[in-house]
Amino acid sequence: MDSINNNADNKYLSAYENKIKNGGIISVLFSGVGGQGILLATSIMAHACLYDGYDVKVTEVHGMAQRGGSVVGSVRFGKQVFSPIISRADIIVSLEKLESLRYIDKLENNGIIIINDYEVLPISVFGGDYTYPHEISEKIKNFTSSYFIVKAFETAQQIGSTKTMNVILIGALSNFLPVKAKSWIRSIEKVVPKKILDLNLKAFEIGKNFKN
Amino acid sequence: MILEKEKEILTGNEAIARGAYEAGVKVATAYPGTPSTEILENISKYKSIYSQWSVNEKVAMEVAAGASIVGARALVAMKHVGLNVAADPFMTLAYTGVNGGLVVITADDPGMHSSQNEQDNRYYSKMAKIPMLEPSDSQECKDFLKASYEISEKFDIPVLLRTTTRISHSRSVVGFKEVIAGNENTPYIKNSAKYVMIPAYAQIRHKDLLARWEKLKDYSSSSPLNRIVLPGRGIDKSDKIIKNFNSIGIIASGACYQFAKEAFPDVSILKLGMPSPLPEALIRNFLKDKNVAIIVEELAPFIQEQVQSLDLNIEIIGKEFFPEDGEFNTMIVKALYRKFENIGYFENGYKKVVENIDNGRISSLIGMYKEKAVIDNFIVENKNINEIKKIISEIPPRPPVLCAGCSHRAVFNTLKKLKLMVMGDIGCYALAVLPPLNTLDTTLCMGAGIGQALGVEKSDPGYKGKVVSVIGDSTFFHSGITSLIDNVFNKGTGLILILDNRITAMTGLQTNPGIGRTLMGDSTTKVMPENIAAAVGVKNVRVVNPYNIKALEKAIKEELARDELSVIVCRQECVLINKNKNNVKYHINQETCKKCGLCIKFGCPAIENKDENYAINKFMCNSCGVCAEICPCKSITQKENG
Repeated sequence: MDSINNNADNKYLSAYENKIKNGGIISVLFSGVGGQGILLATSIMAHACLYDGYDVKVTEVHGMAQRGGSVVGSVRFGKQVFSPIISRADIIVSLEKLESLRYIDKLENNGIIIINDYEVLPISVFGGDYTYPHEISEKIKNFTSSYFIVKAFETAQQIGSTKTMNVILIGALSNFLPVKAKSWIRSIEKVVPKKILDLNLKAFEIGKNFKN
Repeated sequence: MILEKEKEILTGNEAIARGAYEAGVKVATAYPGTPSTEILENISKYKSIYSQWSVNEKVAMEVAAGASIVGARALVAMKHVGLNVAADPFMTLAYTGVNGGLVVITADDPGMHSSQNEQDNRYYSKMAKIPMLEPSDSQECKDFLKASYEISEKFDIPVLLRTTTRISHSRSVVGFKEVIAGNENTPYIKNSAKYVMIPAYAQIRHKDLLARWEKLKDYSSSSPLNRIVLPGRGIDKSDKIIKNFNSIGIIASGACYQFAKEAFPDVSILKLGMPSPLPEALIRNFLKDKNVAIIVEELAPFIQEQVQSLDLNIEIIGKEFFPEDGEFNTMIVKALYRKFENIGYFENGYKKVVENIDNGRISSLIGMYKEKAVIDNFIVENKNINEIKKIISEIPPRPPVLCAGCSHRAVFNTLKKLKLMVMGDIGCYALAVLPPLNTLDTTLCMGAGIGQALGVEKSDPGYKGKVVSVIGDSTFFHSGITSLIDNVFNKGTGLILILDNRITAMTGLQTNPGIGRTLMGDSTTKVMPENIAAAVGVKNVRVVNPYNIKALEKAIKEELARDELSVIVCRQECVLINKNKNNVKYHINQETCKKCGLCIKFGCPAIENKDENYAINKFMCNSCGVCAEICPCKSITQKENG
């Protein structure tokens, strides 16, 4: 897989455009670990969809789940959205490598998975009962051939803050969705605090231009 | 139509806060509790509203009731179990009624994302005869709150606004309006017969409540809050099939409306924005030419049982198919749609389908919902099913854990070492029940552990010195003080540990009486648990820093040996208040480490075991230093600047 931001042969983009045209809803699931900025990621995507004229609903679970546990959030958009909860995900964006598998049973047939190549070891692997799946593509390829592994940690470190991993992944995601670039930018300007705006705009650009 | 510039994406809780502002609410109170907490956090941003955290839900409701009596619009918010605490004033507020509008928000938690039970608080509406509204998205959270104030003032009654976790925490598009309500309080006129509920007056007010409830029933049937949502017609369907769809009527409210709308796009839905009192006349009218009514509701058959009592002579399907536990989603409702499809209902219609059923009931053909079937639906289609099942079963779980550096871990590690029975409470420290700590015997409700420990001691003196109770600082103020006094009064001789981490942590760092700062940011008197314990007559009161595990263990042993009641306040600020303030990190010396695994058994998420090489993750370490105390070979030491 070469560059994914080449819209000319982006088969996903036109499929999603058609789905929405026929009254369908696009569902994107974000998974990760508490503290990775899933809330910001879903917020950016939701506002971008709103600015592009779509109805949009977001859901995530707060409270006890945030204490270092798995975190999941989701965004659904289309002409009109009813349920905020995802039944099937068109796309899974995983901010942590292992978490890309956590909700794999929700993925549409041949759905897309965007995976951050970044590991946070869960306590359950320390006791020896479980093994961390370092070679994630070996597992993922059983579910879909459309998976993209993004080295967001290294890139985020290079531009100065590992906290921008979520926005780098949003940049990669933006290539697949029928949402205009200016709506993404406007959304980031709205959602991200002023003093870290430039950094995040840069992170978005890098993510958008990432090559698999 | 709302202009785009006036649109915002808000959670249900944020929308309720905005609604409070637009409705001209003057006083808002709450005790934090997931999923309701953010209502007050967001209300506190509107300076036109006085807002406060109360010590518990009962006091919060009483403060709001006071504001209502003198004519202000008031709001009180809580999680579902909070209404149990506030049930006493709630029940009688129905009798007294209101002056300024009074809205009680109950945020229920089907699925127990963050709760000890999933009780269905809709029954409180029926029991108290307090009307209830139920929004199904953020826009309705705002609009229904405003409608609640109109109902409250029109019918002289508090209104219950019920959300669920999915409504409270989902975000959707909301249009803004400016403040519409007048900000003037309705004047207070002394009226003892209305507000002083001695039996003689209460008997009169109860009759009055029954009359108000009858009026509310009429209102419920005529209110636009309850409306029929017609299906969007598919062009590819024949008249016959459309007729068969029309022979079904769905009744739903809240989040369930959204699931039903998506799962049954071709069927009419009676959407209940005001499910209680049930709009009987409207339901009779809606179902009069239907063969089947489907009631989509989470938890108990609250709507279903009331619809059944209307004796409509049609088949009603609700809990015959849907589960009475857990949270719903579109797939669960869609599973019923598939059942109707499979029995040929949409193709052949009601009459043909029931012809061949012995008892004439469709429910006997569709059976109960089976979760497993839905999952299996996915794991099919030209794939290696066994391989896929294996991969899914091998995913390492990632449950929530006590944070790196959490002082609760030091306390529970010590209690575990001493092999004590631990009567617990509600808070982050309930996570100590999980491996590797496994150190909790009970968690019932706020304040329960202290009373339970007294019961254990009174039932068998053999437990003396072997049982302790633990409670958090906020929980102690919420409902631990009364049980502490009960221990003093009844000559308890146990040990109570107050885990004072200087904040209400579990719900996201709210202030409490011990902090010295109010919700609105004013400084105030600090109420210290040790002073309360001493004041109510506990002779043995100590304050210990739990990071100092040797001192902690010594204190626990000494206090357990006494034949008197003892309180130890374990005081250490929550690590989330000021993360990574200390750049002194700890590390494990690989040369001296004997790989005994004691640090791993401590369960700190910063201590990693990579192929039997123990290491401390410097990004996660919060510098508590307890692991260095625990390490028997002194291999864990400080390291400057990570």
